[in-house]
Amino acid sequence: MNNQVVSLKEHIPHRPAPKALQDCGHIVIEDVEIVFGKGTDANQAVKKTSLDITPGEFVCILGPSGCGKSTLLNSIAGYVTPSRGSVLVDGVKVTGPGPERGMVFQQYSLFPWKTIRENIAFGPKVAGRSSVECSSIANTFLEMVGLSKFADKYPAELSGGMQQRVGIARALANYPSVLLMDEPFGALDAQTRLMMQENLLSLWSEFGITVVFVTHDVDEAIFLADRVLVMSASPGSIIDDLHVPLPRPRDPAMATSAEFMALKKICLDQIRSESLKAFEQQNR
Amino acid sequence: MSNVGQIADTVDEKAAAGEPGTPAPRTEEPFGFAEAPGLAAGDVLRSIGTAVAHIGDFLRKNGLVILLSIVSLTSGILLWHLATAYKVDFYINFENIPSPTKVFSAFWTHLGEDEFYIHIGVSMQRILIGYVTAAIIGIVAGVLMGRSRIIRALIYPYIEVLRPIPAVAWIPLAILMWPTEEASIIYITMLGALFPIVLNTLHGVEQTPEVLVRAAKSLGASRMQIFWHVILPAALPSIAAGLAIGMGVSWFSLLAGEIISGQYGIGYFTWNAYSLINYPDIIVGMLVIGALGTLSTYAVRIAMKPLLAWQKRAR
Repeated sequence: MNNQVVSLKEHIPHRPAPKALQDCGHIVIEDVEIVFGKGTDANQAVKKTSLDITPGEFVCILGPSGCGKSTLLNSIAGYVTPSRGSVLVDGVKVTGPGPERGMVFQQYSLFPWKTIRENIAFGPKVAGRSSVECSSIANTFLEMVGLSKFADKYPAELSGGMQQRVGIARALANYPSVLLMDEPFGALDAQTRLMMQENLLSLWSEFGITVVFVTHDVDEAIFLADRVLVMSASPGSIIDDLHVPLPRPRDPAMATSAEFMALKKICLDQIRSESLKAFEQQNR
Repeated sequence: MSNVGQIADTVDEKAAAGEPGTPAPRTEEPFGFAEAPGLAAGDVLRSIGTAVAHIGDFLRKNGLVILLSIVSLTSGILLWHLATAYKVDFYINFENIPSPTKVFSAFWTHLGEDEFYIHIGVSMQRILIGYVTAAIIGIVAGVLMGRSRIIRALIYPYIEVLRPIPAVAWIPLAILMWPTEEASIIYITMLGALFPIVLNTLHGVEQTPEVLVRAAKSLGASRMQIFWHVILPAALPSIAAGLAIGMGVSWFSLLAGEIISGQYGIGYFTWNAYSLINYPDIIVGMLVIGALGTLSTYAVRIAMKPLLAWQKRAR
C-alpha cells in the first residue's frame, strides 16, 4: 500500500510542470518576535528570530514540547501574526493563510462529512475549478498516495496513517510552493510513521517544493531533513542550524550510520538540556 | 452488539420452540378478551416466528427489544382493562375511566367521520406553519449568534428571559397580540419549537472544530465557503437534534393553545370531549396526539438522515 506512491509526471501528462518550482517557496523570516497577551500577562512565545529557507529545501524544526516551534510554523502559515518583524514567502509578506502555503496538521483535520475524494478536491473546488478538473486532480492525488480504492469512503473509515496521507494529498492538490507540517505523524504508531516518512520524501522529491516540518522526534528530523533547526525551551529561539549530510534518496538503514549517530548525539544533547530548562520553568 | 445478537438469538429460538404450543392457552382463556396474556404472547411469538423468515437479520438484532416492547404494551392495556372492569378506586379513581374496548370503538366510529379528519388536518396545518417558521428563524438566529459575538449579545438575553416561560403562560397575551385566534395558536406553536432549535444550532456552530476552519482557510476557502463547507455541516448533527426536539415541543405547545381557544384541532377535540362528558373521546384525542407527535418527530429524523450519512458510516 505504502509503496504505491507513483510518479507525478507519469500520471498527469497533460498538466505542464508548475512554473519553475525550483524558484518558488523561498521563505524569509526577518527579526520575527511573537508575544501572546498584553501588559503583565504578556507571554513571549518566540524570541527574535531570523531565517532564510531556500526554495526546495526540506527543513525540520526540532525542539522540546511547548518551545514555540508550532507558533513559528503558524506565523509562516499566517495563523499567527508576528508581534515584530515579518515573514516573506517569495518576496510577499504573509498576512494570513493561503493556498500557496499548504498546511498539514497534527490532529486529523479532514472534513468528516466529505468523502476522501471531496476532501482532496476541496482546494481546487473553492478556487473555482470545474468539477471535471477537480475530479481529475483528485484522481491524480488519490493515486499518488495510493488511496484510489478509498476515494468514496469517509475519513472516519480510514486508519490514522491513511487519513494523514489524505491530509498531505489535500494540501498538495493546490500545488503549493511551500508545505508546512505540524508534527503530522505524531499520533501514528512507529511502523506507520516510518512508512509515512518514506512516502513523504518521495512525494517531496517529485514536487521539489519547500517543506517546513515541525517535530520533537530527533530521528524523524534527521531522517527527513536537509537542515535541522534546533529550538530552545520557551521562549523559543533557534539555537542550532545543522546541515544533514546524508545522501538522497534516504534509506531507513542510514539511521545506523556514523553520520546519523553523530548528528543524533548533538541534537539529543541540546534537546535534553532544553527540556530540562522547560521542566524547571514549569515547576517554578 | 454481538451480545445483544446472542440474546436475541436465544429468544428467537424460544419463540420458535414455543410456537407449536401456542394454540393451547386459547382454550384456557379466563376472560376471553383479546388482551389476555396467554393469547397475546402466543400471537407475539408466532408473529416473530414468521417475521424471522422474512427479515431475519433485522430481528436477530432487535428481536428481544420488539418482543419486550409488545409484551409491555399488552400488559399495560390489560391492566387498564382490569382497572376499569372492576372500577378500581384506590386513591386513583377508575370509575369514570372508559375501558380500552370503549375507547377503541369510539376511535373506530370517528374514523368514519369527516369532522375527525378536519380536527387532525387543522392541527397538522398549525404545526406545519408554526414549526417551519420556528425552524427558519431558529437556524438563522442560531448560526448568526454562533458566528458573531455582537449578534449574540443582542439576541441571547431575549432567549434567557423568554425560554423559561411555558407555552400556556403565553395564551392570554397571544390572544391580545394577534389579530386572529388562528394566528395566536400558530404563534404559541412556533414559540415552543423555536428555543430548542435556536439553542441546538448555536451549540452546533460553537463546537465546530477550529482545526477544520484553519484547514479550510489554508486551502483557500473564503468566509462564505467556510460557512457552507465547514460550519454548517459541522453543526448539522446538533441542528438535526434540535429540529427533532422542537417538533415534540411544538405539539406540546399547540395542544395548550388549542385547549383554550379555537373551534377545530385535535386539542380542541380532546377538551371538548371532556366538556361534553364524552369520556372515551378524551383518550382517543390523547392517543391521536401522541401518535401524531411521534410520527412527525420520526418524519423529521428520516428527513435529516441523508444529510448525516457520513456520521453513521463513521461508526
